[in-house]
Amino acid sequence: MSATTAAWLVLAAPLAGTIVIGALFHRLGGRAAGWIGTAAIAVSFVFALITLAKVQQHAPGQRELTSTLWTIAGTTGVDARATILVDPLSVLMICVVAGVSTLIHLYSVSYLQGDRGYSRFFAYLNFFVFSMLLLVLAGNFLLLIVGWAFVGAASYMLISFWYRRTTATSAGMKAFVINVLGDIGLVLGTFFIFRHTHTFDLVASFHAAPHVFASGSGDVTAGCLLLLVGAFAKSAQIPLHTWLPDAMEGPTPVSALIHAATMVTAGVYLIARMHPLFQLAPAAGDVGAIIGALTLLIAGTIGLAATDLKRVIAYSTMSQIGYMIMGVSIGAYTAGLFHLMTHAFFKALLFMAAGSLISAMGAVQSLDRMSGLRRALPFTFASFLIGGLALTGVPPFSGFFSKDSILLFAAGRGGWHWALYVAGYLGAFLTGLYTFRMIFRAFLGEPCPEAVELIEHGHVFHPAAPVNPANGEVEDTDVGFPGPDHVIAERALPMRAAMSVLALLAIVGGIVSIPKTTSWLDHFLAPTFADSTLTSHSSNGLLYFGLILGAAISLASIAVAYVVWVARPGLAPAIAARLPRLTTLFENKWYFDEEIDALVVRPGAWFGRFAQNTFERVIVNGLLIGGSTGLVRAGSALVRGTQSGILRVYAGMMLVGIAGVGLYFLLQS
Amino acid sequence: MTIGWYLAVSALIFAIGAGGVLVRRNPLVILLCLELMLNAANLALIGFSRMWGNGDGQIFALIVMVVAACEVTVGLGLIVAMHRRRLPIDVDEMRELQG
Repeated sequence: MSATTAAWLVLAAPLAGTIVIGALFHRLGGRAAGWIGTAAIAVSFVFALITLAKVQQHAPGQRELTSTLWTIAGTTGVDARATILVDPLSVLMICVVAGVSTLIHLYSVSYLQGDRGYSRFFAYLNFFVFSMLLLVLAGNFLLLIVGWAFVGAASYMLISFWYRRTTATSAGMKAFVINVLGDIGLVLGTFFIFRHTHTFDLVASFHAAPHVFASGSGDVTAGCLLLLVGAFAKSAQIPLHTWLPDAMEGPTPVSALIHAATMVTAGVYLIARMHPLFQLAPAAGDVGAIIGALTLLIAGTIGLAATDLKRVIAYSTMSQIGYMIMGVSIGAYTAGLFHLMTHAFFKALLFMAAGSLISAMGAVQSLDRMSGLRRALPFTFASFLIGGLALTGVPPFSGFFSKDSILLFAAGRGGWHWALYVAGYLGAFLTGLYTFRMIFRAFLGEPCPEAVELIEHGHVFHPAAPVNPANGEVEDTDVGFPGPDHVIAERALPMRAAMSVLALLAIVGGIVSIPKTTSWLDHFLAPTFADSTLTSHSSNGLLYFGLILGAAISLASIAVAYVVWVARPGLAPAIAARLPRLTTLFENKWYFDEEIDALVVRPGAWFGRFAQNTFERVIVNGLLIGGSTGLVRAGSALVRGTQSGILRVYAGMMLVGIAGVGLYFLLQS
Repeated sequence: MTIGWYLAVSALIFAIGAGGVLVRRNPLVILLCLELMLNAANLALIGFSRMWGNGDGQIFALIVMVVAACEVTVGLGLIVAMHRRRLPIDVDEMRELQG
């Protein structure tokens, strides 16, 4: 089996899973759908590993393999083919995506049990993984756009999974609309590039780009900026990020899959994949780096003020994706992808632990209601702690190495990139603060009633009348959260298994690229990024300084969080009271929703009303439709007058007519 | 005798018939006037037939007579039906097809 055959099978397995589960939707009882879905993704992961092994057998210079299955449309100037591109970058992505997705499927097998939409959930989930794999394996712009749009559609279906919840359906719509905005950016950007390279094929485009584009020329910059719009929408970067926190309305495994491990990393992948183009457009790269840095800081501050457990993790995702976008925008491709990989491990783990926690709390997600769950949920606590330590970047957890390698590269670029370096470490401090705020508030302190019930009576708390915490609506427990079963990781083996593997990876994931020790990832990705012109020159001193600074900041942030939220309980409200303006700004999420509402939504609605009341009513209905019907009506009235019904008039007209025709022909001859 | 006279008589009869169709209101008389018009045409056809010395025109005249017979049958049938239903025997009163 060649590498490309294995890669096609990577795509085929989740698609088959979707079709099987979708077709047998009504016949699959119990957890059958869950196991089928998990098996499909596991098969996909196995083939991803085979692809990895096969690619490694090629010489380093020849690891860029393409395979075309058929031609979708081939005419003069258009080469639309079903082509996949297998190179170290896409192989790394399929391994991460399929691997983490397998574990999340395994987790969902238990977590979603008892939900009426169980089979539907796994059909969607498999479809999502298929879309994501299609996106990363796409060998031309067309398949990339198809995968990109599929991912958006799948996320819409999964966010609105509990469709009786009004908050969930509106969150799904919001995500879809913002993602479509990104799709438009991607499509328009593709046109800018296609106009000059005359090919949709990625490899051919990259080879042609340096010859047809002058460095920094208008068209390539515009194209790359439009691609960035797509990347920002998918990766939840400012100002297109507002869908991500709302998307936490979906089931928690969905949050783990889409909003932590795979979908939001698509933007990072896109920039890394398009790096030959971005290197011709340095301005676009700078925009990406600045937006990434801004996002990582702003999301960090919002995370400090948010009280919804899942939203804190969502803002943390935004912040971490900010690091990756910043990294790949300044040319730290390997470091950015390294962080992508470790982040996938620990963020999926954090979401899984959060899911278990929320189950134990009877669907309550507010941190204000949680406390002292440490003894009630020992396994969840341990996983959450490992995820939190990795996220904060405490050595030797995986996040420590990956975050620092991005910032080291930024420092090595010099110049204004030092600002990014500072922002990165500031963000790291915020990360530790909000992560341990979450952990300390949920797990330490006096046990809350739900925790007491779990410890003393040994059963999971079920609310008598479940209400949606977001808007107080009474929940439809048939198709909505919380379903009849609440599953905590302590009592479900599949969940525990998935979380254990991820916890292990979150601890040791950094091993693939430890400075001065191992550089497997760098060697593996080197062929893809060999042509990179963005280089960084950093000294050993800077490297050690960065590592020590990273470790110090992470430990300091944990210490500060301990003082503020554990040792001196009154301190946090006191600080908030001293800084009322800053607190309101953070609690209102920097007013991004309101700003977008004022700048886009309301003018749009006003224009819609104008179009309806003025344009449609007056011009379309009055002038065009009214005008044409009036014309026909007047004409028919004229003709109708001759239809008198009097026989003799008809006869007279006939005579005159025939005489007229006869005369005409007589005169003609 | 030249063909002109025959055609003149034919035209005269046709004009009388057409005028009758236009001015009279009794359907029976209209039918009679129609017959006049058809026979004027027949006269012209036979005149032409004689002028050319072949029988084509006469055959046409025979066919016109057959058609006229059919037409009279239908027309008289209609008039009888109108009479039976006590409808007015006046074509100007029958104007339900007005648009």
